[in-house]
Amino acid sequence: MDNLRRRADALAAVRAFFAARDVLEVTAPTLRPYTVTDVSLDSLSVGEGFLQTSPEAYLKILLSLSAPSIYSLGPCFRADEVGRLHNPEFTMLEWYRLGFDDAQLMEEVAALCDVLLGSADYETHAYADLVNRVPESDVGPDIAGSERFDRALARLPRGRHFIVDYPAEQAALARLRSDRQDVAARFELIIDGVEIANGYWEETSSAVLEQRFANDLASRREQGLPEPELDAEFLAAMRWGLPDCAGVALGFDRLCMLAAGKTSIEDVLPKWR
Amino acid sequence: MASYSTNEFKSGLKVMLDGDPCSILENEFVKPGKGQAFNRVKMRNLKNGRVWERTFKSGESLEGADIMETDMEFLYSDGEFFHFMRTDGSFEQVAATTEVVGDAKDWLKEQDVCQLVLWNDDPIGVSVANFVELEVVETDPGLKGDTAQGGTKPATLTTGATIKVPLFVNIGDVLKVDTRSGEYVSRAKG
Repeated sequence: MDNLRRRADALAAVRAFFAARDVLEVTAPTLRPYTVTDVSLDSLSVGEGFLQTSPEAYLKILLSLSAPSIYSLGPCFRADEVGRLHNPEFTMLEWYRLGFDDAQLMEEVAALCDVLLGSADYETHAYADLVNRVPESDVGPDIAGSERFDRALARLPRGRHFIVDYPAEQAALARLRSDRQDVAARFELIIDGVEIANGYWEETSSAVLEQRFANDLASRREQGLPEPELDAEFLAAMRWGLPDCAGVALGFDRLCMLAAGKTSIEDVLPKWR
Repeated sequence: MASYSTNEFKSGLKVMLDGDPCSILENEFVKPGKGQAFNRVKMRNLKNGRVWERTFKSGESLEGADIMETDMEFLYSDGEFFHFMRTDGSFEQVAATTEVVGDAKDWLKEQDVCQLVLWNDDPIGVSVANFVELEVVETDPGLKGDTAQGGTKPATLTTGATIKVPLFVNIGDVLKVDTRSGEYVSRAKG
């Protein structure tokens, strides 16, 4: 019962936070005819459609149609993700701020976390600095770089850490820095070793995005993964024009887990298995 | 044997790794950033007790290990083998080498029930209860009047194991012993 009450309070606090900042809540569909090409994400398909891995495509379609700054707080689905910090269904808080860059959005993410977890200091680290500090002896047969990054996260002290300057090949939908084309304007927030949020100063060029999706599909083909049809609605919106904005997705259940002093999202979610 | 994919790994599952049967202790699904997912798995090698940590790409699989943990009664030791009998009424017997019995030999009393780990029906491990009761066969004479306080002395038990006991313990006393630490707990109530 404590968990239910705490979760309800946290949901109310998020809505109050955005109401005060004039960010509009929208309800994103969980089922759409398309899904993402992102190589690291597997979707659950239902009939002719896909349960959405994030509300990103729909929210960006709204932004291209002149929506103001918006947020969505609702369920998302990712296949084959089960563990201490993963559940196939989870609650995502995702928001987009018109005219913001990544640094401004990081400040807002920190302000929201301060509301839900209490105030604390935030440290910022460049991705390359963190990863280069991992001793070779700590890394097993490296799995596409991700094990090394995980070791780097494990070496961070407890507390709140932003990681910035992701390598360009991990830009996802972030723009590359105008002054440094080798890094992306992407950030992640790690709290007590748990990845809480992933944000971008959004790439707005449809040509760049289409190239990245083509690369994703090529990697998927190489790895024998499903090759989903490109999201025609999303691409049409990008060609029409995404306004300059920054956006971030935050794992709401993980934040509730930390707020409750727990170490597994099973403690704050209906159990999948 | 069936094979198990990383998303079926859970604590207690028995799998084969590098030709040895292992029991999974912990399985953590890891997916850092937008990197490839992997599982960090801690497992105990059931043949030598060592704990291994390995990473597997998510979706990789391991063959299951045919492991049975079963209660058996200890019958006798012939110096080379320890002989056990199933407690299911089948009277079926199993012989385990001194190596397999390992430290458990210090606590095995004839007719006591212990747990055997069988791999493809061959014993690979023996575990005894946390507490066993064993008789003292040799120790210095007891000191009257000395009860709980005071020093300790060595005492040899029926199994041949030597433990530290309080000074008041006599030959013929039956002692309750913690098999995990090898420590005296109390005299057994008669």
